[in-house]
Amino acid sequence: MTIDHRRRIGHVAEQAGSIFITLFGLLILTFVIGRIMPNDPVRAIVGEDATREVYENVYRQLGFDRPMWEQFLMYLRDVVHFDFGTAIRTGQPVLNDILRVLPATIELATFAIIVGAGLGIPLGVAAAVKKDKWQDQLIRVFSLMGHSMPIFWTGMIGLLIFYASLGWVGGSGRMSQFYIGLVPERTNFLLIDSALAGEWEVFRSALNHIVLPASLLGYSSAAYITRMTRSFMLDQINQEYVTTARVKGLSTRETIWRHAFVNIRVQLVTIVALAYGALLEGAVLIETVFAWPGFGQYLTSNLLIGDMNAVMTCVLIVGVIFIALNLISDLLYRLFDPRTR
Amino acid sequence: MTDTTLITPRAKPHLEWLYSLLNILRYLARTPTSAFGLVVLAILILAAVFCPLLAPHDPYVQDLQNTLAPPSNAHFFGTDELGRDIYSRLLYGSRITLTIIFLVTIVVGPIGLSVGAVAGYFGGRVDMVMMRITDIFLSFPSLILSLAFVAALGPSLNNAIIAISLSAWPPIARLARAETMTIRKADYIAAARLQGASPARIIWRSVVPMCLPSVLIRLTLNMATVILTAAGLGFLGLGAQPPMPEWGAMIATGRRYMIDSWWLVTFPGLAILSVSLAFNLLGDGLRDALDPKQMNRR
Repeated sequence: MTIDHRRRIGHVAEQAGSIFITLFGLLILTFVIGRIMPNDPVRAIVGEDATREVYENVYRQLGFDRPMWEQFLMYLRDVVHFDFGTAIRTGQPVLNDILRVLPATIELATFAIIVGAGLGIPLGVAAAVKKDKWQDQLIRVFSLMGHSMPIFWTGMIGLLIFYASLGWVGGSGRMSQFYIGLVPERTNFLLIDSALAGEWEVFRSALNHIVLPASLLGYSSAAYITRMTRSFMLDQINQEYVTTARVKGLSTRETIWRHAFVNIRVQLVTIVALAYGALLEGAVLIETVFAWPGFGQYLTSNLLIGDMNAVMTCVLIVGVIFIALNLISDLLYRLFDPRTR
Repeated sequence: MTDTTLITPRAKPHLEWLYSLLNILRYLARTPTSAFGLVVLAILILAAVFCPLLAPHDPYVQDLQNTLAPPSNAHFFGTDELGRDIYSRLLYGSRITLTIIFLVTIVVGPIGLSVGAVAGYFGGRVDMVMMRITDIFLSFPSLILSLAFVAALGPSLNNAIIAISLSAWPPIARLARAETMTIRKADYIAAARLQGASPARIIWRSVVPMCLPSVLIRLTLNMATVILTAAGLGFLGLGAQPPMPEWGAMIATGRRYMIDSWWLVTFPGLAILSVSLAFNLLGDGLRDALDPKQMNRR
């Protein structure tokens, strides 16, 4: 085993340790918010007009009469066994519920990140090339605009214009009402399922419905991608190899895309991975507006009935997704950047 | 005690601070995009201060004879489902927005500053534990974390502000820590320590004032996110409760009448958009103004 190998293993162990600590911290946080803060989880289960005995029974069943540390150990044990309890509204295990609704959100977010990166990266490059000219200013305002819009409002205005007035896109939901249940659910990704089943009518309907929310979500994430692309690109443009390439007679376009852009690809991958995580936040709001049966809607509907168990599981899962995305972006960086090897 | 004033450059940074603030403002006013941000903020503050004079109607008085009236001379932005004047409600809503901004700032600033300064000053284990906690809070998108806190605390404007603050301090703590690390080895800190000043005193008198400018700027940068989160909570019914004229909540109630009465959702949305855009443009300008690379080139 070489020294290099040993160092790499040491690094992996260190990272695994830090992920473990963060996960543990997440669990403490969700436990504290779920149990200690002044809301009454028992009341949410038994309802407002339950008798005292029923209340006390449920209270004891949930273990609230035990000391706090014991409750936390019980919580830990459940989490390790992937047992997150039952959702009040559906009567199903929370984890099953979440796994069922998550594909709808992932489909939306993936579509959105393609729009966001497709918009943000070229705009960022253009802004860097035209630094301080009017194009740069225009791109800055355009991308910041997307970042400043309350996404639930943009969603409504979008529905009003593109659905109600112009009729270019589908309205709420993932597809037209009369297609629901037509396609066998294999992956729960509607676009994939309908394509697999060869149901192109359904596929078109699904595409019609996803285009608007995904584009708006993508537009809102484009600001961050544009800004980072611009600053990465500026770092490259100021370097000597760019001047050399220009002096050798390469056109601006070739210098930018064949030389400078190649060097910022790795950084961009990291940024896009992080932006993907941030999309989850917008998804919560836009799913409410578009009646999109995904993770965000599941979270908010449980919030409104006060099912803390389901809410905290959702929060925990978002935290885990965030940690995973950070890890993935770190790994991608190592994979693609020869200097980190 | 007089000796310390010779060594700690406390008096001077205060003046420099004001001087550079003026410089920054001048820079911002020259850039068209940030100038726009400044103007919008000025309008917001004026609207909040003078809304009793500016508003043609009482924002809470219902007029059931005149519901869902389109924009006209009597009601610039129309009326809502209870006949209340939307223009007046938007004006009064600016007070709520400013309250949120103000309260979040005075809660988040001290929390972030003290966590960051303590972690950075002591270093070692203290630093590791505190930054670990910060990282845990950072591993959630701010809206999701605020949602969780509001869910536990119960929906109201005050709880929304608490929830937003609880999710907004980590970046400030990170920044204050970084600032503290750069100055904790400075001579005047060592001098204060040699004179027997307690860590608490050094942090409060020497470290915190040095971190303050960058923390304030960072708070401005984050304000757009704070406003959008607050509006999002209001929209979900977890922030300000009706009949308060909070912009996000106005959009939520207007949603039902949206197809026939577009003005119910359009104007509050434009208000949120312009204020958060103003903060974003200002923040963008501030970043440029404070970037030494940029300053030299101009």
